[in-house]
Amino acid sequence: MVHGELWTIKELFVLPNEYIYWSIQIVMYPYMTGLVAGAFVLSSLYHVFNVESLKNIARFALVFSFALLPVAMMPLMLHLQQPLRGVHVLMTPHFTSAISAFGIVFLGYGFIVAAEIWFVYRTYIVRNIVRLREKVDRSAGETLLLTIHKIIALGAYDLSEKAVAADHKAVRLLATIGIPVACFLHGYAGFIFGSVKANALWMTPLMPVIFICSAIVSGIALCILSYAVFMEIRKMIAKRSQPGPGQIAELRSIEKHEVHSTARYLLLFMTLAITLELLDVIFRGYTAVKSWDIIREVIYNKDFVKIFIFQYGIGNVLPFILLLLPRLSTRRACLACLLVLFGVFMMRWNVVIGGQAFSLTFAGFMEYHMPVIPTSMETFKEGLTGAVSVAITPFILFYFLNKIFPAFIRDEKH
Amino acid sequence: MKRREFLKTSLMFVSGASVSLGALEFFDVREVLAAHPEVRWGFLVDTYKCVGCGFCVKACKTENEIPFEANVTRTWVERYVTLNDGRVLADSPKGARDGFTTSKIDRASEGFEDVPQDEISQAFFVPKLCNQCDNPPCVQVCPVGATYQADDGVVLVDRKWCIGCGYCIMGCPYGARFFNPVTHVADKCNFCYHRITKGLNTACAQACPFGARQVGNLKDPDDPITKILLTQRVGILKDEFGTKPQVLYIGLNKEVR
Repeated sequence: MVHGELWTIKELFVLPNEYIYWSIQIVMYPYMTGLVAGAFVLSSLYHVFNVESLKNIARFALVFSFALLPVAMMPLMLHLQQPLRGVHVLMTPHFTSAISAFGIVFLGYGFIVAAEIWFVYRTYIVRNIVRLREKVDRSAGETLLLTIHKIIALGAYDLSEKAVAADHKAVRLLATIGIPVACFLHGYAGFIFGSVKANALWMTPLMPVIFICSAIVSGIALCILSYAVFMEIRKMIAKRSQPGPGQIAELRSIEKHEVHSTARYLLLFMTLAITLELLDVIFRGYTAVKSWDIIREVIYNKDFVKIFIFQYGIGNVLPFILLLLPRLSTRRACLACLLVLFGVFMMRWNVVIGGQAFSLTFAGFMEYHMPVIPTSMETFKEGLTGAVSVAITPFILFYFLNKIFPAFIRDEKH
Repeated sequence: MKRREFLKTSLMFVSGASVSLGALEFFDVREVLAAHPEVRWGFLVDTYKCVGCGFCVKACKTENEIPFEANVTRTWVERYVTLNDGRVLADSPKGARDGFTTSKIDRASEGFEDVPQDEISQAFFVPKLCNQCDNPPCVQVCPVGATYQADDGVVLVDRKWCIGCGYCIMGCPYGARFFNPVTHVADKCNFCYHRITKGLNTACAQACPFGARQVGNLKDPDDPITKILLTQRVGILKDEFGTKPQVLYIGLNKEVR
């Protein structure tokens, strides 16, 4: 069977070679990349602009964005027909291709995040090495951690005031460079679609900007949500180990404070994202070029529920109201974030799958029937199971990363 | 070191270095070819002559080892039927591999639509294939350079280097590209490059019983297709994309896109 034939339903006049070639993994790809960029921007708000109220969530967001980082490439690799040749993109980069340029930006961004984490955690790492070295009865896990920390310390054990100050300076510099690079990274993800002139829905210079805004929205929402969940877990652990009401109350107040102040930034970026997306639709309708007839058919008819109910209704308007209502509770904020995440996912879906919903002939339609139960490697990779594996990987990575770079420790700065 | 000696050695070093630098300037074959352009492959389709027999599609599949049963094809034929009420129906069942044997129109998931003969105002066939664009979007978007353009204008795919991302398939406004079900890399018509470069005809043009398809050298003023281009009115597909297609059509209708 031809690639794409398994899940594509054709209607009316569609060219023989046309199928939904970019399936769920290409939906996951800008989604995950967006989460990386968004989480990093959130962490930079504190490091660069000194938004004190985001102090605690910033560190978490940084480590979390590092955990998300390798996952951004995962959907692309799962989608490739020749995954073993994926490295060719770096070996023979073809710079007129947006995917190729994206690979370079992605690598550069990865180095920036890694370097920033290193500077943020250097003091902690050195202290931990000293502590574990002195410890006589080390467990196997502690020995392993000591080895890892010794390797990543890179021999920089200087904890003098001057050295620590230099660290802080480096963090701020990296975070500052990181913001445009993170936006650039996601701008490129949008560029990959926006520059495809053959696709009437994707072809708009607004695409990169729309992608950046919704990326920041999704990244912040995910950070708030996971932060609240992890704090809940910490509260549970605190309760179990030593039932001190003071500590739990403290954790609760930190959590509430962080969630509240982050939610305000979320609202700001949501407004931007929604405005741009609506502007795009209005502009298309107003200019009504040749492709508008078929795009209108897709937007207002075929994908009406997906776009106006799921994406704008449940994913944008509802959480917007939830966040705006007075006396925001952590629980309500979490619900809103969950809906925002769903909304951004639907936006990616509507762009990627919706863009392939109509034929190049402008006379026929195609529908993507996502494989749910995997029957072959292809239906596993480009179906629900593949998407779910991509979605849970960052959390598994975060679990291990958190052991090396604890996201929740509190110290004097950063 | 004495001044005289220093000057002498410096002079020797500089002259020696400049010679070796000059030797580093490579001879670029493409530059030379560009200065002496001799071949630019082009394709001429005469839609008045096409009857939709599908021999070309069959021949292409056999010649280029595209699985016969697979629902992808390097070339295909479209049928357009205009009804008296102005409605235009089009189809290309299995890329017209078996020809158009019924008057019923293939509406994909909606089944076949029976069109009464007396309601048809005009009907014609349009063969399609890769346009070997002068400004090929598929070459532009390929992240590894596996899709490239030869100096004679033909766009080729390196099957050993393609990573199978599908960006070129998305980038092509003509639907000419697909994933080869055997090699699992991007595939498309290459004007039977292995044949034309040896002076042979393409498989589809050879198989066409009516001469609706012709391949030729657009740079050669004596080539039959160049002569037709110079004397007749021809059209190209989707001019608005700026891809500058090199497949030219005689009798192109506005319904064809």
